[in-house]
Amino acid sequence: MGLSGIEIFKKLPKTNCGKCGVPTCLAFAMKLATGQAEIEACPDISEEVKEEIGEASAPPVRTVIIGAGERAVKIGGEAFMFRHEKRFENPPVFTLFLSDKMDEETVSDRLTRFNNAVYERVGVVMRPELIAIKGDSGESSRFEALAAKVCRETDAGFVLMNEDTEALSRTVRACSGRKPLIYAATGNNLETLGNLALEFSCPLAVKGNNLEELAGFAERLVGMGLKDLVLDSGARTAGKVLEDQIIIRRSALMKRFKPFGFPTIVFPCEMTDDPMKEAMIACQMMTKYGSIIVLSGIEGHSIFPLLLASMNIFTDPQRPMTVEEKIYEIGAVDENSPVIITGNFSLTYFIVSGEIDSSRVPVYLLIKDTEGLSVLTAWAAGKFGADTIGVFIKKSGIEDRIKHRKLVIPGYLSSISGELEEELPGWKVLVGPREASHLPAYLKQLSQQ
Amino acid sequence: MTIEIPKLAYTGKIKEILLGQEGNNITVGGESCYPFHLFEGTMPHPPKIAMEVYDSVPEDWPEAAIEPFADVIHDPVAWAGKCIDVYGAEMIALQMASTDPNAENIPADKAAAIAKKVSDETDVPLIVWGCGDVDKDAEVLRSVCEICDGRNLIIGPVAEGNYRAIGATAIAYNHTVVASTPIDINLAKQLNILLGNLNVSDDKLIIDPSIGVIGYGLEYTYSVMERIRMAALTQEDERLQFPIILDLAKDVWKTKEVKLSEEEAPLLGNQKKRGILFEALTAQCLLMAGADVLIMRHPEAIALVKESIEELMNRREG
Repeated sequence: MGLSGIEIFKKLPKTNCGKCGVPTCLAFAMKLATGQAEIEACPDISEEVKEEIGEASAPPVRTVIIGAGERAVKIGGEAFMFRHEKRFENPPVFTLFLSDKMDEETVSDRLTRFNNAVYERVGVVMRPELIAIKGDSGESSRFEALAAKVCRETDAGFVLMNEDTEALSRTVRACSGRKPLIYAATGNNLETLGNLALEFSCPLAVKGNNLEELAGFAERLVGMGLKDLVLDSGARTAGKVLEDQIIIRRSALMKRFKPFGFPTIVFPCEMTDDPMKEAMIACQMMTKYGSIIVLSGIEGHSIFPLLLASMNIFTDPQRPMTVEEKIYEIGAVDENSPVIITGNFSLTYFIVSGEIDSSRVPVYLLIKDTEGLSVLTAWAAGKFGADTIGVFIKKSGIEDRIKHRKLVIPGYLSSISGELEEELPGWKVLVGPREASHLPAYLKQLSQQ
Repeated sequence: MTIEIPKLAYTGKIKEILLGQEGNNITVGGESCYPFHLFEGTMPHPPKIAMEVYDSVPEDWPEAAIEPFADVIHDPVAWAGKCIDVYGAEMIALQMASTDPNAENIPADKAAAIAKKVSDETDVPLIVWGCGDVDKDAEVLRSVCEICDGRNLIIGPVAEGNYRAIGATAIAYNHTVVASTPIDINLAKQLNILLGNLNVSDDKLIIDPSIGVIGYGLEYTYSVMERIRMAALTQEDERLQFPIILDLAKDVWKTKEVKLSEEEAPLLGNQKKRGILFEALTAQCLLMAGADVLIMRHPEAIALVKESIEELMNRREG
């Protein structure tokens, strides 16, 4: 980004030793320039040059890690305003808010919901990742007890929030191994918290009452040597948050404005008492540049669509999502259930399986690996022709699970049906509808025959 | 510390389109900046929501979507009336679902008569939306244009396969058309050019980039919209400077995730609230990408989105 591939190449050892995993130094330099490799991979380079190149090839929004071990989460690392320009890197982290004013029962209930909210889609696990623990009871013992409880009952990362700097310092010290995000350096406590974060190598949130103040604080902390900051501009209305988030991201990308080159934290939980509205605000922040999004509670009906929408927006536009090649059973299938085949582009799978589901006809859905291409594109690319389908059907094992030998192919592939019957002796190939939305009608008709 | 706010120099502007007729006009479009980027441009006409009304009793809707309309679901005129009087609808979108050759397949004249009745009784801008079958839509929407002469209906979807037939009729009877293309910026531009060549005037055109909802291709619609707005506002792509409409409710309420009951999927929470949020959050994402008109269904989802639009137009501190 800062340096071109050639400029980076000039600083490399030019030994073409291949230890970095790339055959030549030039190729490695090119990868560094586009952010596809890390400078750390080169073993024969001085620390000085490493830092120089690392800085120049780092994304304009720094990647910050919160938490430790398996549940550590990465935020930031962004280099674009729009996903279509290349891709967004790290999806926002939905975070549960807990206060030390809450009673034991409320806390346990919210923690249980948090721990249960784990969803899997196309092999990706989606869940709320962090817990924000706020001390606002005024009693530091309550705050410390709550932090200890969260530590015990979950291995998730967390954010420690307290205006009482001493209570905050004690708690950070007690659980520093979990690498919590310290919230928040602002005004008077700037130096104390800055030093605390440095001492325990924990990430530190910095809060201003507006962008100007935030920039000033962040600059001072950077000057103290802090590297892992998270920004809060203090805005607590939807319109103002949107504006601040855009200005922060643009300043980092377009102006390389260092104080704003960090991920952000936003608080829908402080902006409304209505959980439905809170979900709307969180969704806005998911699309426009919030990194840690703090919610008052975790309910399936809101966190699930939020996570799913976030997965959509943070999908790499250049790499279609795929599902596993295998036989999917939809409904209570038996040996007479129809067999339908289609490609493994995840959108195709979800739409087709959804329509089959709503038809209430149990079906074996065969998903063939088409490298994430849609049906027609895959056929044109030679990945969904009669020959490859024939081989796939035979080795899929479907023949042992059904009595009949009828295969429904997508309507767009009608031209291959004859050829496919030749590839699959004993099978009858039926041409299904072109559009998935016509599957329910087609299946009802088929099952009546 | 003072900050220099990095502002974009926009070179284009979205056209303003006047919908409806005298007495109930609404203007959409007119943006001179990205969605809600009010620190560097203006959005003179905040996005609008059109409430869905079906030409026949819908099948396969989850209970939550039927409930608000249970008393009017057999009568499109009463349904539209309820949307306006009870739920404060700014626009109505009449869905001609029963014209679908794969469904009831009612003939064009019968469909047009329904549209006429709704149009006569509805005092807000009216969208008439075909079933999506290119040939049948050409037949039905032409009849609708004719029988509702001069009403300035919003007629869609007008696709590559039927734009000549519908476009010409819409011009003759003075309606606005929705140019609909399958999630592709180049096809969107091309259809706008074709409609222009046909003499559909620039103030009678809205574009529909096709819908993908949460979990079902939302990202494709989202990105094609952002690209359209980028081309329109920063690359002087004059043939893309039109307001954007999205027909989202239909696709939201047929997804598996919305249809599953709480008993079937306890981790997905309350089914009604989930359906409302799938619709409202899909709309929220589309607003952030540049939607001007959203065709929506559930009154509670609509209320959430309306409030969100107000909040996003507002710049109070806090």
